[in-house]
Amino acid sequence: MPAIIAAAAVLILTLLPVAAPWLQFVLTLAIAKGFAALGVAVLLRAGLISIGHAMFFAASAYAVAFLARAGVNDLGLLLILSVLGGALVGAVAGSFLVRYRAIFFAMLNLAVSMVFYALCAKLYGVTGGTDGMPVPVPAVFGIALGEPAFKSVLFYLSLGLMVLVGLAVQRYLNSPLGHALSAVHTNEIRLEYLGIPVWAVLLIAYVISAALAGLGGAIAGFAIGRVVPDFAFWTASGHLVLIAVLGGIGGVPGAFIGALFLELLHSAAVTVTDSWNLIVGMTLIIVIMFMPQGVYGLFARKEATSL
Amino acid sequence: MTRPILEAKGLHVAFNGVKAADDVSIAIHDGEFLAIIGPNGSGKTTLLNICTGYIRPKSGSVQLDGHDITHLSPRAIARRGVARAFQIPQLFSAQRVIDNMMLALAATDGLWSAVQPLETARRRDEARALLDLVGLAGDADRISSTLPEGHRKLLDIAVALALKPRLLLLDEPTSGVSALERFPLMEALMSALRQRRITALFVEHDMDVVARYASRVLVWNAGNIMAEGRPDEVFSNAQVRQRVVGVA
Ligand SMILES: Nc1ncnc2c1ncn2[C@@H]1O[C@H](COP(=O)(O)OP(=O)(O)OP(=O)(O)O)[C@@H](O)[C@H]1O
Ligand SMILES: [Mg+2]
Repeated sequence: MPAIIAAAAVLILTLLPVAAPWLQFVLTLAIAKGFAALGVAVLLRAGLISIGHAMFFAASAYAVAFLARAGVNDLGLLLILSVLGGALVGAVAGSFLVRYRAIFFAMLNLAVSMVFYALCAKLYGVTGGTDGMPVPVPAVFGIALGEPAFKSVLFYLSLGLMVLVGLAVQRYLNSPLGHALSAVHTNEIRLEYLGIPVWAVLLIAYVISAALAGLGGAIAGFAIGRVVPDFAFWTASGHLVLIAVLGGIGGVPGAFIGALFLELLHSAAVTVTDSWNLIVGMTLIIVIMFMPQGVYGLFARKEATSL
Repeated sequence: MTRPILEAKGLHVAFNGVKAADDVSIAIHDGEFLAIIGPNGSGKTTLLNICTGYIRPKSGSVQLDGHDITHLSPRAIARRGVARAFQIPQLFSAQRVIDNMMLALAATDGLWSAVQPLETARRRDEARALLDLVGLAGDADRISSTLPEGHRKLLDIAVALALKPRLLLLDEPTSGVSALERFPLMEALMSALRQRRITALFVEHDMDVVARYASRVLVWNAGNIMAEGRPDEVFSNAQVRQRVVGVA
């Protein structure tokens, strides 16, 4: 049953831009943020809140820009290399961040991401400062495309990746590693006494979450055609946490549902009002108070609670 | 006599001046079912904490099979075949009972090559067999936090067994377990230990359980051993009867 709902949802997403072309950009961006929010949601499983994941989002987007500047001009190669770049930054940052918990973890992620933001903004000669860097239209399988055609390819590729990567993450969360990750949240002592290294469980999760955020950032860079330091700003990180919470930590689809919900709400809201943040705030209050499982929780089948 | 599996020598630990281990030396041999009894706060749990690397003694050493493990982490010691069930159950309380079991089974299964789901048919069967053994067969799909305290203890023991240890440390396995379930649990435990050739040390407050099952008893008092021997020897010791067993 959930599989049918998911398939129907993907089908609707496939057809939407045909009916309303302006939606294509909004949806591509929503999926991009969905990937990054999924990264945040992975760490939420372990009870860890990162307020710094926009850093990885930006790192991969910058990686695309740098690689393009260096002459790499293939969409597939750019995506793979930039995601690996994001994962590498994640491995470096994660190797010391996963020693921390709770507020210390949240704040250190924030701090590291702000250092990254400052470097992007200040190193004018390298990163173009606050002007950022252009992300040119790459070739797809050796075929040079015009911008509109590329944006369509990008959208459908993102959609396909959403399904494939979503399934892969689902599989990871169902594996012993994924269960151990949730176990970090409930009982680290027992985990150690099982002989399972908590730091390795967390580092793997951290690298995966950074790669997911990186994938989102690379897609966003292609969709927007430019990467700027604001990609890494802390409000962007906050937004990712918001989406992850909005989607609920219950399931993988939640992150994408949350992102779509927020992006669509955003595009609807800006046409009628300028108090976007007010709407976001109110939405979050409603979700946290009335739907602790997030928007996703509305659709998920309730587990029978034992008495 | 053969070399002991676990040997602790001259352990000292103090918390704020209170001596929880005051020159403690013990040895556990293959096939033993060694009981530790003693009043509250006499340092029984502290001994288990030291032997599993959870706390470091101020001085003294712990050897497993002749190798020094005094400064190893609980994880490293667990990997060497020592499992522990806790006085206060340590569970993944948000997870289902069966998931607690399967994660423990996966831990000894080469977890790191695992890209297959946690729940495999083989693991599920093995988990159910162990749950059956401790009498939790009906609770497999419950969320662990919803179990009554006694059943949480049983699950904690089953999780320790799932690690297929050579040495099992049990901290008051029958406390919180109803009087009715106590002896069935001990019978099941004893047969599992014999069948799997597991050596065990258990801290216990129920003297009937100790008298019936222990192969040897250490009597703890104020951070040290005040008496030692077979159950009948120990229980006929007047000092022990007065201080620990609580009958004059
Ligand atoms: N981490 C700790 N910090 C401070 N004091 C501790 C700590 N662990 C144990 N103690 C103290 O050390 C002494 C021995 O405690 P321990 O838990 O080993 O006793 P026990 O024999 O297991 O008692 P019980 O039968 O109540 O379980 C007690 O006085 C206790 O308060
Ligand atoms: Mg104790």
